[in-house]
Amino acid sequence: MHHMNLDVNGMSYPITADASRNLLSVLRNEVGLTGTKEGCDDCECGACMVLLDGQPVNSCSYLAAQAEGRAVTTIEGLADGDDLHPLQAKMLELGGVQCGFCTPGMIMSAKALLDRNPEPSEEEIRIGLSGNLCRCTGYAKILAAVGEAAVEIR
Amino acid sequence: MTTFSIAQSLDQALQALADGARPVAGGTDLVVGSRQGKAPLPDTVIAIDRLDELAGISLSDDQLRIGAMVTHAQLMVDPIIAEHFSAIADAAALVGSPSTRNVGTLGGNVMNGSPAMDTGAPLIVLGATAELQTTSGNRQVTMEELWVSPGKTSANADELCVALNMPARPANSGSAYVRLEYRRAMEIAVVGAAASVTLDDGGMVTDARVALTAVAATILAVDLGDALAGKPIDEASLAAVAKIASETATPISDLRATDRYRRHTVGVMARRAVEAAGRRAGGETIAIPVNRTLGIGASQ
Repeated sequence: MHHMNLDVNGMSYPITADASRNLLSVLRNEVGLTGTKEGCDDCECGACMVLLDGQPVNSCSYLAAQAEGRAVTTIEGLADGDDLHPLQAKMLELGGVQCGFCTPGMIMSAKALLDRNPEPSEEEIRIGLSGNLCRCTGYAKILAAVGEAAVEIR
Repeated sequence: MTTFSIAQSLDQALQALADGARPVAGGTDLVVGSRQGKAPLPDTVIAIDRLDELAGISLSDDQLRIGAMVTHAQLMVDPIIAEHFSAIADAAALVGSPSTRNVGTLGGNVMNGSPAMDTGAPLIVLGATAELQTTSGNRQVTMEELWVSPGKTSANADELCVALNMPARPANSGSAYVRLEYRRAMEIAVVGAAASVTLDDGGMVTDARVALTAVAATILAVDLGDALAGKPIDEASLAAVAKIASETATPISDLRATDRYRRHTVGVMARRAVEAAGRRAGGETIAIPVNRTLGIGASQ
């Protein structure tokens, strides 16, 4: 078993787990944060997206032990108490959420995009979200939500 | 049960490899492969992605050095790569998704040895060598020598790819990479082609190279013969390039395309790559990646 300290949403978690475990399963089962979803478990769908030092990573295909010493941000790290992050609020307000399974990963990719590019074009939003699949919405409302959140944040 | 450590120095990583460990960088091949059941994780894994010795892009008078741990996300926006080694940036920008490009490295891509890798054909036409290091020394291996068959390289298990090196570009040179794809993201090349072109002052080709993606057991260098040398890039010479590329390819049929379709379309990709590389050699700016700028590949 491998001992690691994971920094998740600013909290330090001492964890003992097999070194072959992926970050997704350790976040959900050891850290206890289940907002990050397991979709394909194959690096295709983006439901498991988290940020590693601010950059998007598919947590299903990243070794948990390799995240030691880096700042992990999950969907639980975005809201400020009861105040939703603008990306979360706009997704709700504009109907960018239907079944909701892709939503945490979608929002984390959008967060990484807006952090480095506060005024993205629609094409840039599409590219920023290109590693995230949604089977419900048809994407139009998600694109609108990210666009409006960008305006609100800046 | 896997034993894992994070390398604190290059020497430590090299010693670990000598003792039987396998390296992990972004994990986009190694970890994904183990989860798909393609190959179990190695017993001992050492993470090499934080080593300063493997980071960074540097251009000297005669050589470009790309550290093995430079990511696709870095390659697609680096000004030196974009301006002088454009084919690499064209390819890096097409890889996977933002998250794949963020953690996936050039060294990892090279050593994974997929015949469908996007950065492979650009490295061949730019004359790159892989710098392989052990605890006792290092050697330079051309890409053609390195890639043996799908997923297999000629590197020994204790050799770590520390950098990709290639000659600085002559004046009036351009390069480009294009690929046929069914979708814009999370895609693997159906076929692809890279080209490097150098022109004289009169617009005649003095040097040209083409390499092909996903049409053979490895990335394939094309012998252009006299199809381009001493000639202008025009309909006749481009048609000759397409014909040679299609004849050089030895594609297979799989779920993404038939062999006949690949053989035909790789010729089309080759002529488009040469055309774009020639325009860049002539001083024109074609934004990275060429696939998007020129509307090649998937429209959505």
